[in-house]
This record gives sequence, structure tokens and C-alpha cells, in this order.
Amino acid sequence: MTAISEMSAPYVRKEKSVARTMTFVMVALMPATLYGLYLYGWPAIILFTTTIVSAVLFEVLSLLVARKPVARFTSDGSAILTAWLLAISLPPWAPWWIAVLGSAVAIVIGKHVFGGLGQNVFNPAMVGRVVLLISFPLEMTSFVDPAPLLSASAPTFLQSMDIVFGTATIDAYTGATVLDLLKTTVSQGGTVQEGLAGQYALGSWLAGSHAGSMAEGADILLFIGGVMLIFTRVIQWFIPISTLLSIAAISTVFNIVDPNIYPDAMVHLFTGSAMLGAFYIATDPVTSPTSPKGQIFFGITLGILIYVLRTWAQYPESMSFAILLMNAVAPLIDRYLRPRIFGRTLRGDPLDGPR
Amino acid sequence: MNVFGIRGGAKVSGRKESTAETPIEKMPMPRMLHVPLQQHIGVPAVPIVSVGSRVRKGQLIAASKGAVSAPVHAPTSGFVTRIGDYLAPHPSGLPVLTLSLEPDGRDEWAELPDTLQLETATPKEIADRVSQAGVVGMGGAAFPSAVKLSMGNQYELDSLILNGAECEPYLTCDDRLMRERAEETVVGTKFMMKALGVSKAFIAIEDNKAASFKSMQSACGEGSDIEVVYVPARYPMGSSKHLVQAITGRETPANGRTADLGVIVNNVATAFAVYEACCLGRPLISRIVTLSGEAVSRPANYETLIGTLAAELMKQSGGLTEEPQQLLMGGPMMGQPLQNLDVPIVKGTSGILALRRMEIPEQNVMPCIGCGSCVTVCPAGLMPMAMMNKIDHDDVDGADDIGLRDCISCGSCNYVCPSHIPLVQFFNYGKGKLKEQDKDKIRHDKIKVLTEARERRLEKQGVH
Repeated sequence: MTAISEMSAPYVRKEKSVARTMTFVMVALMPATLYGLYLYGWPAIILFTTTIVSAVLFEVLSLLVARKPVARFTSDGSAILTAWLLAISLPPWAPWWIAVLGSAVAIVIGKHVFGGLGQNVFNPAMVGRVVLLISFPLEMTSFVDPAPLLSASAPTFLQSMDIVFGTATIDAYTGATVLDLLKTTVSQGGTVQEGLAGQYALGSWLAGSHAGSMAEGADILLFIGGVMLIFTRVIQWFIPISTLLSIAAISTVFNIVDPNIYPDAMVHLFTGSAMLGAFYIATDPVTSPTSPKGQIFFGITLGILIYVLRTWAQYPESMSFAILLMNAVAPLIDRYLRPRIFGRTLRGDPLDGPR
Repeated sequence: MNVFGIRGGAKVSGRKESTAETPIEKMPMPRMLHVPLQQHIGVPAVPIVSVGSRVRKGQLIAASKGAVSAPVHAPTSGFVTRIGDYLAPHPSGLPVLTLSLEPDGRDEWAELPDTLQLETATPKEIADRVSQAGVVGMGGAAFPSAVKLSMGNQYELDSLILNGAECEPYLTCDDRLMRERAEETVVGTKFMMKALGVSKAFIAIEDNKAASFKSMQSACGEGSDIEVVYVPARYPMGSSKHLVQAITGRETPANGRTADLGVIVNNVATAFAVYEACCLGRPLISRIVTLSGEAVSRPANYETLIGTLAAELMKQSGGLTEEPQQLLMGGPMMGQPLQNLDVPIVKGTSGILALRRMEIPEQNVMPCIGCGSCVTVCPAGLMPMAMMNKIDHDDVDGADDIGLRDCISCGSCNYVCPSHIPLVQFFNYGKGKLKEQDKDKIRHDKIKVLTEARERRLEKQGVH
């Protein structure tokens, strides 16, 4: 489908385009990203840049191989956004080859093997992240405590180059994410309160001052950006709100049942990548259902899945797995949860005829 | 009055400023008139005058044929110079049988029928008069109005809705009519109510037309059984089924008509034409046409004789400011593309638009990213991208299964699509295919019935 055609009405268009949508999402991601880059300093900046540059290169290569118009498709911004989402969900001091490999998997396997923009079943960034997580569990879970730019603990630019591209061994890999820590504490017989009190003052994870992937610490900023996207109508509210409400509801229920084992809704909403996932990844139009009804169903199920995987499965950072699983059923949801057609019943029969 | 919400719909920028505030102008008499004999849905009218004959203004020149048809009258006095094919205002650019008339400049009226009195006229008299006057739906569909006004015979009707929504961008002909000719339009409405046998009428106006609302309301007067109602300015509010939903809260069944709910919808301009037919005895020989678009030097509304070439309107407005990117008849959401302006204005022509390149941003078609915008705006509750995908894969039946026939071609999905996919074009193609299939099926069924009958006959005769 490449032919431009003005054979039939309408002859006016809303000023919207794929590139504009992608750009708006990136703008919304900007505050959280900048904050993350500040928290984790030069290594994070270098890693972020490497991810984006390599993703664009893989995009161009794939388009060349597929013989598609390179300029038009590269400028839609989708590859940059994919790389962006991948980068901010990586451990901020990960080595360069994690970034490049992740980009390659995301762009080539996650997107172009399926036929390029609009054709992929799974969210490319999450495909990249999950492949990395399973293949390189050590590198993908080596989190550091924040070392903000210009602070005493921050590495210099040259040191940072060595961290990303060299073989520097870092003592700082001591951090564990909040969810990691809770899971460990509880599985060893401790309580949620002990887990949270152990290293982090209540609220410190709200400000992002704990170990984690590049942007997940800035959940408040991600939340604000996400709400902005809803108000500017770049995304619709159905998926993010239903996902977050679903996580909140199920975690509250279990928290009431046993607060010692199950943390409350605030912990679940503002740690891990709940915000990132709900507002920016689950809303990927290509891999989510299209009807409002379908999107709400998608969100609710996704929320439950996230909770279940976080609480009872192997990986506490389970947003990516949950999203991929839901991606797989999105076409099915679209098939069965259609809007009701005007003048027809839900089943498709005409409404009752003459009075 | 509170109105009900309609499903979906898009906020479309109105672009009506250039013509909304200036009075209707009368077009000067053109040198030639080209009056097509099919300006309506149904059977073309049959010419009853011959080349060379002199006709007077309002004289019948082509008679209606069959139940759904409309006669055509001479827009002015003059000589018939030619009866033959002429370019029709249709995207195919195919010619239709057209009567060319050279005005003699005297604009002399033919003898007109007596005027009807609202109090004494019977419903049948009104419908007959409207039928003789060649009045058709002037919102664009051009369905013979008399047929609609006789629906009281088959349906139990209770109200009439006058469509003054004018939800298409650029168009202001109805807006101006309601501002300048409110009294006449209300009288026409009363005749329509009488013909339909209904006691209640609503005049629906989008809430961005305060002047029209006021003028119609004061024309109706206090305690009238005609209620002027604001409906939200949301495209496609002017779709009759959606207008009925907004005002009555009821949804017309699929495959049904608004008459099934007891409601008839007519355009305000049609009501004015009914007024002229009943109160002045005049047939439909002119209408108000919006000439607009940024490529037009001086956009305006013209009271135009049917058969005037669009090019004459453009000349009257000082011509084009630049080569237009697109010429249109009707609004930009559902209008028909024109190859050139040498086409006549017909009864259903609400506007002639010349759009500039800037107004149609050049946009590359990108693959569908499944954003669902089209699903959200679709006023018919369809999943346009899913239908498009099926048609793209030559699965017209699949598209049919998910509602292709319920698509009203309003173009809302097309309007919002961030990938700029020509969805309406896919649907028009798909609908064409379905129509073909339906025709084939009817033919095959007929053949089957005939073959079986023949076999039975032969069996009876003992041939087998």
C-alpha cells in the first residue's frame, strides 16, 4: 500500500501522522529520560545514544534489504522510539553490546521479519529486552545505585567510556530493584515492611533514588508524561488506565489479605516498570487491540498478568513478559470484542424493526 | 431541549468563515443553461419539448417517469438549442442527457398552478404539487421529495426533522437560507408536516450557527409545534439516522429507515422549495450554492439557476487565485471530485469548492499502525481498518461479514487516519464488488428457477 490516491473524498484531513504520534510520545518520555540520564550519569548517556544509533542503522539496513523507501520509513520515528523504550528499560550501566544486540533483535527480528511497521505481533522493544534478559541474565540484572552527574560518586566521561565499551569491573553493582529486594526478603521469611525499610526510606523510590533500569526510577515523571499524552489525545485512556486500575485493585485485595507478604498498590504502581509499561509500551498501537472495549479488556488482563508474574513467577521485573503475552492475544481480542454496529445488536442482527 | 449523543464522529474544522457572514447574491443570467434530465435518484425525466422550441420560465420541459422520478422545468424563458449528452457533475465525467437552453433575457414566467392554502390543502394535494414542482432532497442525495412526503401512507409517522445541521466544512448555503429566508422555510415545513400527517417538527441546527438558530426560532414563534433544536457540531451530525438518534435518542435498525421510527428527515433547503411550490406555484428551478475554498478569489453564496455552469459562478467571483489542487461538488468530506468547472449546477448541488494545495496537505500513505482512531470515530460502530485489511486482501465477503454494508461512507475514518490511508476508497471499491455479486446472485437464482421449471415441464411431457 504505497499509492497516493485522491480519487475519493474526504479531501480534508486532520493534521495527524505516524511521525507526529511517535514524536509526541518521545516528548512525553523526555522528562523521565533526562532525569534517568542525570541519575546514572555518563555511562547511561553513552548507552542510550548507542542504542538509538544502532537501532536506526538496523532500521536502514532492514529497509534496504526489504526494498522499502528508506527516507520515508526512517523518518516516521518508530525505530527511534523502539530504541528509546528499550534503552530506558536496560540497566543503566550495561555494556555496549547489550545495547547493540538489543537493538538488532528489536528492529530486525521484532519488527522487520514480520513485515515492518504495523505488521509485527509483538512490541519490538520488549522482544529485544526479553531476549536479552533470558540470554544474559547477569548483565541484565546488574543494577547500580544512582550516581548523579557531577556528584562525587559519578564516573568521569572517560571512565564511563570504559564502563560501556571497555572491560572495567565495577564495584557499584550492588543495587537491587525494589521488587527484587521485596521478593528476596519475603521468600526468606521476612515481611514486606522489612524489605522496604531495609534500604529504602518510604518515598525514596518515588523520587527514583534507588537502583533500577534507566527510567523506571522516574515513575512520577512517566506518569505525568502519560497523562499528558492522554490529554493531547495522542493515546487513548483505555489501556493505561485499565492496566493501572487492574494492578491497583488486585494488589489491594492481596494486601488486605496479608500485608506482610503482599505489598500495597502504591509499591506496585510506582516501582518496576508499571508506569512505563502502562502508558508507553502497552499502548503501542500496532500490538494492542483497536476497539475501546478490546483495549479495556487488554488493560485489565495485562494488569492481572503483571501482578501474577511479579508475585509468583521467576522474574520480579515482569512487565515485559506480561506485555508480550498480551500482544499475542491482541488480534484475538480484536476479533471477538468488536464495537456494536449502528442499528444492530451486539450479535450483528438488525435492531427490532417497525413498531 | 436536551439532545442525545451520537456514537463516534469527528470534530472537523468548519472553514465556513469566508462565506457565512455575507448575504446570498443573485447570479446574473448566464448566456447558456445546460439542464440535465437526471438530477435525482431514480429514473431520468423524459424531454417533452424539442430543439428549437421556445419555453417559458417554469415550464415543464421533461416529465417524470415511474414512481421514483422527478420532472425538470425551464429555469428561464428562451430557446431549446440542443438535447443531447453533456458532461454531468459526476466523478466518472460521463455525459448524461441534457437540455441546453439559450435564455432570451425576458425571464418570462409560464402560467403557474394556483397556490395552495395550508388550511385547506389535503396531504395528497401537497404531495402532488411537490411532485409536479420537481422538488428533490437538496442536501445532496436528491431523492424525489414527493415520494418521501407520501410515506405517511405506509408508515405510522409522528414527527418531521428538518436537517439544518450542515456539518460539511465550507458549506454555508443552508446557514444563509435559514438566516435570510426563515419565514418561508417555516411555512414550507408546515406544508410538509401536513403532507406527512405529523403534529411535531424539529429543526436541527449545529450549535455553531447561533444566527440561524435565532432567526429560525423567531420565525417559528412562541408555542409553535415546530421546535428549533441545537445539535452538537460534530461530523457527521447531518447523517439522517444520526440526526434522528440525536433528537429522539432512538437508533434506526440496520436495513431500516428512519420512517420505521416514525420520523422523516428533510433538508431545510427542501422545505424552502416546498414553500415555493405550494405558496407561489413555482417549480424547483434555482437553488443556493456555496462557492468556496481558498483558491477562490471571492467566496460567496449564489442563488443560482439550475443548469448554470459552475464556471460561471467562478467567473462571478473573480476566478481562481491559483491552480486548484482539487475541484469538488459538495462538501470536502463526502463531495464528488470534478474534472473541470464546465459542469452544470443541479438540484442537489450544495457547493462548488476549489481547494488549494495547502488545504490538502500532501501526505504519504503509511502502513496501518492499528491505532484505532478510525474505530473510535466511526459513527456506524465499525472497525474500518479491519475492513480495509480484508478488502486489501481481496476478501470482500470477509469485509461484508464485519459490516461493510453498514458503512455510510462519511469519511470520518479517512479524516482522522494518521497513516493517511484512503479508507473510503477501499470501501467504495468493496461496495461495488458486493453490488456486482448481488446482481450475479439474482441472475443465477433466476436461471435456477427457470431451469427447474423447464425440467418439470419436460418431465410432465414425458421426455425423460
